[in-house]
Amino acid sequence: MIRNSASEMASKLASGEITSVEITHAHLDQISAVDRDVHAFLHVDTEGALDQAAAVDAKRKNGERLSPLAGVPLALKDVMTQKGIPTTCGSKILKGWRPPYDSTVVANLKKNDIVILGKTNMDEFAMGSSTENSAYGPTHNPWDLTRIPGGSGGGSAAALAAFEAPLAIGTDTGGSIRQPAAVTGTVGVKPTYGGVSRYGLVAFSSSLDQAGPCARTVLDAALLHEAIAGHDPKDSTSINAPVPAVVAAAKAGNVKGMKIGVVKELNGDGYQKGVRTRFEESLELLAAAGAEIVEVSAPNFEYALAAYYLIAPSECSSNLARFDAMRYGLRVGDNDGASAESVMNLTREVGFGREVKRRIILGTYALSSGYYDAYYGSAQKVRTLITQDFNKAFEKADVLVSPTCPTTAFKIGEKANDPLAMYLNDIATIPVNMAGIGGMSLPSGVAEEDGLPVGFQIMSPVMKDERMYSVGAALEAALLSKWGAPLLSTIPALAGSK
Amino acid sequence: MSLSYDDVVAKYEPVLGLEVHVELNTKSKMFCGCSTIFGAAPNTQTCPVCLALPGALPAVNEKAIESTIKIGLALNCSIAPFSRFARKNYFYPDMPKNFQISQYDEPICVNGFVDVEIETDEGPKVFRIEVERVHMEEDTGKSLHMGGATGRIHGAEYSLLDYNRAGIPLVEIVTKIVPGTGKYAPEVAKAYVAELRDILRSLGVSDVKMEQGSLRCDANVSLRLIGSNVLGTRSETKNVNSLRSVERAIRGEMIRHAERLNSGERVVQETRHFQEDTGLTRSGRSKEQAEDYRYFPEPDLVPVAPDAAWIQQLRAALPERPSIHRKRLKEQWAVPDKEMSAMINADVLDVVEATVALGADPTKARGWWLGEISRIANEKDVAIKDLPIAATDVAEIVALVHAGDLTDKLARQVVEGVIAGEGKPSVVIAARGIRVVNDDSQLMAAIERACAEQPQTAQKVRDGHLPAAGALIGMVMKDTKGQADAAKVRALLLAHLGQSEG
Repeated sequence: MIRNSASEMASKLASGEITSVEITHAHLDQISAVDRDVHAFLHVDTEGALDQAAAVDAKRKNGERLSPLAGVPLALKDVMTQKGIPTTCGSKILKGWRPPYDSTVVANLKKNDIVILGKTNMDEFAMGSSTENSAYGPTHNPWDLTRIPGGSGGGSAAALAAFEAPLAIGTDTGGSIRQPAAVTGTVGVKPTYGGVSRYGLVAFSSSLDQAGPCARTVLDAALLHEAIAGHDPKDSTSINAPVPAVVAAAKAGNVKGMKIGVVKELNGDGYQKGVRTRFEESLELLAAAGAEIVEVSAPNFEYALAAYYLIAPSECSSNLARFDAMRYGLRVGDNDGASAESVMNLTREVGFGREVKRRIILGTYALSSGYYDAYYGSAQKVRTLITQDFNKAFEKADVLVSPTCPTTAFKIGEKANDPLAMYLNDIATIPVNMAGIGGMSLPSGVAEEDGLPVGFQIMSPVMKDERMYSVGAALEAALLSKWGAPLLSTIPALAGSK
Repeated sequence: MSLSYDDVVAKYEPVLGLEVHVELNTKSKMFCGCSTIFGAAPNTQTCPVCLALPGALPAVNEKAIESTIKIGLALNCSIAPFSRFARKNYFYPDMPKNFQISQYDEPICVNGFVDVEIETDEGPKVFRIEVERVHMEEDTGKSLHMGGATGRIHGAEYSLLDYNRAGIPLVEIVTKIVPGTGKYAPEVAKAYVAELRDILRSLGVSDVKMEQGSLRCDANVSLRLIGSNVLGTRSETKNVNSLRSVERAIRGEMIRHAERLNSGERVVQETRHFQEDTGLTRSGRSKEQAEDYRYFPEPDLVPVAPDAAWIQQLRAALPERPSIHRKRLKEQWAVPDKEMSAMINADVLDVVEATVALGADPTKARGWWLGEISRIANEKDVAIKDLPIAATDVAEIVALVHAGDLTDKLARQVVEGVIAGEGKPSVVIAARGIRVVNDDSQLMAAIERACAEQPQTAQKVRDGHLPAAGALIGMVMKDTKGQADAAKVRALLLAHLGQSEG
């Protein structure tokens, strides 16, 4: 039952074949069985999930009209506030904090009767590409427990690959949805910036952060996308326009006549051989499905990583200033006579991890008087150039594609002491955030040399998110008929798994 | 060796810079829906946004933007078609986000001016104060430092934080440097703040109560030798909470600077706090090392891009400038200068105007507000406007007097009754049984009694000596216990004795 897709579960729920309580129980059982090894969850809300499931079952029994995903369980990245449920962002500084309010995404999930199982692990404050930066220990990739599940949303992706949840919420600042999806053989979508409200998403980098759906199929991602998206007056940067018709696009999966642009700069040197092979194969399948493959160039992508590592740390240095021990979270050194200043200092010293501190210091420096123009100012200019590159490329192609990451999942600990190598993992995902456009990663098979999943990235223009779903669904269908079964059916069984 | 002010201005030229913070009177805060009402229990007017809970985001209060644009227009500013909010980053416990959302290099209103007129040795003179910018920001919370002797953070045992004020919309009005005011600098500054206050009040965008902090002035002062064009080092005096203090603080700083300069010391660039009791300032934070606020555009908010048509609409709806308005009223009402100033100083111009608008004669309306009502306010030691009497009450009383239904004397009783909380004038009149003796036969009987008692006086009047009538009228008034209308008694009496006015 837990190996079904969310839409399969939804039809079984609708037909009465199963109840939401049953399916929620099944997932809670799976979490009990495998999460000691995977460590995808930071908090499992057994009681809340079962209460929510029972309530959906009652509504269904009463013949109420329910949303398409009503009763289906979901895992929530621990960066989203949920009223009364611990929200740590993978940081010690928020240990024990229970938000008094729901994020808009959570409010939308509840409105759609999607059952929230618990909160998933992540790199502290979403800073990282491996989930090794969580203050609560790393998450393990269900494909190979010695490897990373990607990051920052490694918990959400691993929960999907380990069949602990059929749906998850992620957030993507530089690839934190797409890169974990790629290395775990799952689907992850970063919608257009402003497509999903950020209210209640604990900010890392406000101008780049975007919440989005994680799932095991393109259609499931689309169903979840429509459930959480839409304008929110509480988020000034949310776009006041209808949600793109992503479900219809995912159902049709039609690429006939579409122009698919291969970004020259996001392929080739530095990309693992097996990653390139899978990418070429996917292009052939898309061409066979009726798409026209063209090449596009984006010369300024070269500077994207450097600019990203100025903008994101700058914003984070300011966003994370609020963690000062005054109103919530950890408080250290509050002894008789201690000044507020010393309590702030000690708390931040103890409460933040190394990567978070590194970025706060970097950002503080980049914004400093006398350096602002050279660093933050220049980075903003690069950002404009990247947007212009995308605009030009989208004149030639309806969507752009690339491998999601240069490599498959690396070993836990392998890059932990080499931040630059870690940062390079996001080289293909970061430009999407810089321009605020949509991006999706879906599985394109495994690399021959290591048998690990490879992701295929599709990028679509602002508020044309439906295009990546069309292409994603078409490729998914072609791959499925080639393989005969979903990629995840080949994942090695975890000890204790059902 | 305290210098005299005359010595200071004989040698130095003061250069001013004024920053005025205005709390807008919007119902909700700048970036959330919390109430802005003053004086609520601590931390009861807060929410995830103004407490800066993780994940919360600001959303701009449209009304605050509108108010700021109105202020900009009233101060002759240009309104930027595109302006942005920025983050001013610094750590302080009463600032929940540890950054303040403000406007930095792209303010919403720029390049305006305010003309103020003051009395100089050569007669009235207009000084133009140039306004550099008007921008929006949010207020911080309040820290109460407990256990120390001074109420300051140093020496306090602990501090309490109240975030009710955090996020209240503030508008900051910053002047360009103001040279050329010479010895009139303190008065010009005071007149500027007074004019701002009047403008803001006429716009209805703020309570402009300096005592409550809804209008706060920071005064930058520096001195340079007369004839020099090099700016001296400035000090910034905060906490200036009344118009009188603006004048005192600047005068005091000018003398303090001059003393230092004369003795060869240098002026330290710093923040100083005005002491209401001594009229002096004391040193605060040194600004020698400029703090680095790491400003950058607020990524959680979209730029403010007000529609040109909307700005036009706001411009068209601006009220008359208070100074022009005052001039017009003065002419319309034919009020002498002294009386006009009296009304302005007593802060009753607008209630008088409201009373006149309700049909009262301007002289009568002014008379009541500046006379009896003002007297009662003095007696009770409260502001005239805090008395429970409104323009409608005064207008009603004036009308009753005009109609002959009340005498002035009786009307004073009614005013007193209204202020005592006995109700509207009609209620007071009914409850106190106040009425004018208006019955002609009753008055005639009293007149006949008076003439009978004072036949010689009556004869004088008959002979055309009209001033003699006063004594008889007095008798009638006494007879009717003051409830008669003296003018009417006079008319009846003269007719009775075969005379008429003039």
